[in-house]
Amino acid sequence: MLEPVTLTVDGRQVTMPAGSTILGALNALDIDTPTLCYDPGLTPVNVCRVCVVELKGARVLAPSCSRQAEDGMEIFTDTPRVRDARRMVLEMLQSSVDTSTAPTLLQYAVRYGTQPDRLEGGATVEQPVRAGDNLLYVRDYSKCILCYKCVEACGHDVQKTFAISVAGRGFDAHIDTGFDVALGDSPCVYCGNCVAVCPTGALMGRTEFDMRQTGTWDEKAQTQVDTICPYCGVGCQLRLHVQDNRIVKVSSPREHPVTRGFLCVKGRFGYEFIHGGSERKHRRL
Amino acid sequence: MAYPATASNLLLARCGLVDPASIDDYEAHDGFQALRRALEMGPEWVIEQLTLSGLVGRGGAAFPTGRKWQAVRAAQGEPRYVILNADESEPGTFSNRKLLEEDPFSSVEAMAIAGLTVGSALGYAYIRGEYTTATRYLATAIDAARERGYLGADVLGSGRPFDIEIRRGGGAYICGEETSLFNSMEGLRGEPRSKPPFPVNVGVFRKPTLINNVETLVSVQPILLKGGEAFAQLGVPGFTGTKLFCLSGHIAHPGVYEAPGGTTLRALLEMAGGVANGRDLQAVLMGGAAGMFVPLEHLDQPLIPSALTPLGLTIGSGAVIIFDDTVDMWEVTRLIAEFFAEESCGQCVPCRVGTKRQVEILHRFTMGHGRPDDEQLLQEIGAAMGDASICGLGQTAAWAVLSALKVFPSPSGDIGA
Repeated sequence: MLEPVTLTVDGRQVTMPAGSTILGALNALDIDTPTLCYDPGLTPVNVCRVCVVELKGARVLAPSCSRQAEDGMEIFTDTPRVRDARRMVLEMLQSSVDTSTAPTLLQYAVRYGTQPDRLEGGATVEQPVRAGDNLLYVRDYSKCILCYKCVEACGHDVQKTFAISVAGRGFDAHIDTGFDVALGDSPCVYCGNCVAVCPTGALMGRTEFDMRQTGTWDEKAQTQVDTICPYCGVGCQLRLHVQDNRIVKVSSPREHPVTRGFLCVKGRFGYEFIHGGSERKHRRL
Repeated sequence: MAYPATASNLLLARCGLVDPASIDDYEAHDGFQALRRALEMGPEWVIEQLTLSGLVGRGGAAFPTGRKWQAVRAAQGEPRYVILNADESEPGTFSNRKLLEEDPFSSVEAMAIAGLTVGSALGYAYIRGEYTTATRYLATAIDAARERGYLGADVLGSGRPFDIEIRRGGGAYICGEETSLFNSMEGLRGEPRSKPPFPVNVGVFRKPTLINNVETLVSVQPILLKGGEAFAQLGVPGFTGTKLFCLSGHIAHPGVYEAPGGTTLRALLEMAGGVANGRDLQAVLMGGAAGMFVPLEHLDQPLIPSALTPLGLTIGSGAVIIFDDTVDMWEVTRLIAEFFAEESCGQCVPCRVGTKRQVEILHRFTMGHGRPDDEQLLQEIGAAMGDASICGLGQTAAWAVLSALKVFPSPSGDIGA
């Protein structure tokens, strides 16, 4: 058993179990730290860089989500350097992708006072919306901030299907099914765990996408009902998002010990039958 | 053409003198003497000599070599690997190429010394894909060395194994960054990994790995033959030994020059015959694309890291690119920015978007329709890239631009118009 480590954050001391990250220490101190690519259920990839903090003695800022806390570290979370870097990263994202369905990112943007119009006129991540190649979810990569969460959820961390990865490089890097084949020709099993972890709405359930298109999606009018998935004996907890007495989305609580928030195609997308006689019942994948 | 004689000819001693394909020729010129000595004296002695020599990594990061070797030797985990980083892709940098094409055996010998010192049985030579001649000579050298027992299951009868395999890069600049190089070798996407953990503990195949630049490894041989202290006496405290500089651009005699630590840009310029065609010197780019434009008042500044850092300068890879008074320097700066936009892997936001925005703003500049806050934007983008990018590529990709803002007259106005 390794010794716990004690570090100083903004002048306050905190002792953490060995192996904790700096972010873990910040959370223990209730320091609200922005994160976009971090997910407690996935391996940190530290690519979005909004969680960076100043570490005394280090040449550059450190990503708090992945950097291990060490004994004696001195961390500063709100210096001008940190604020500037976070603001600039958010401005860069706002100037290059459609953040209209990324509430968390927009909240941070307000906190750090971004002015994305300064970068106006620059290249944006524009790709055709891939809405037609399956009935269950829509991929609109013009909203993608390349947080890698979908790749991880599809791959090693959760599903182990490996249907998607990052292709291209630099500004042209993007999520790809491999030579951009249609989902049906990819190994995708439609578990929708990529949709569950997407922080920007680049991946979206079909029902939500259609309702947003017609302007009927209204989260305030939705209620949530927890139940157990009826399809098999595993006992996954489903959270039904209900609007106008119809299920419009199914998720699973991240803290649930069986699912950790992840489901299979049946639990996540197999809800149309409940509504009975739906116009969709004859459609196939 | 023959290179002008330099004050110290340690690393280039055999270049142009020996037949690079002949192991006999190499043996006749001190070849494999350092390996014999290393086997005779033992690994502690080797590391002690490296530490005494004050040798630091020549790839650009300048990490003390003795400490790195010691750390890999002490690292937990088997097997350990030695990697020769010959993915030399920095624009204006071609010293590794010269060493590999003209004296390939010295890299083989140095890798064997490294392997036996840190306890590794297998080394990889990761060579830039475009370096076909260098690859051919190195492959020939490895085979010849194995035949004579310098490599193989029993190196020189010591009972200890060491062998070398070649890996060729696929053409990405980022794969010269050590952790991207590991990914590349493992068949993964050429993206850097987060450090820490450092390669000495978690390197290629997640095993302890000693990775050194060609020039660093080639420096080991003279250190072991002449002694660490003798090496340290070349050069100055703060930069011991000799360093290879690659002079290119508008220079009378472009090429690789060896100079003792503490030399100045003016001395290097003189060594290479000055600006070509007798024109006036306009600018010096030190360290390649990942380097910076040096204000001309610093031409006499000894090139010592501790003195350069406060001036915002580094030696980097040793590239020195000379521009005469005919060049539009903002156009050059834009081309450097385009290089990075092309070579960014796209993994982290500051580099992926920052390199793109740099190009866009510099394009406006050079086309003569910049916006009033463009300079401020470049400063802010550059600061975020330098502070928040994952790897050395993103962290240095704004240096040339930021230094151009300091060194060259503001482009606002009629530049390029």
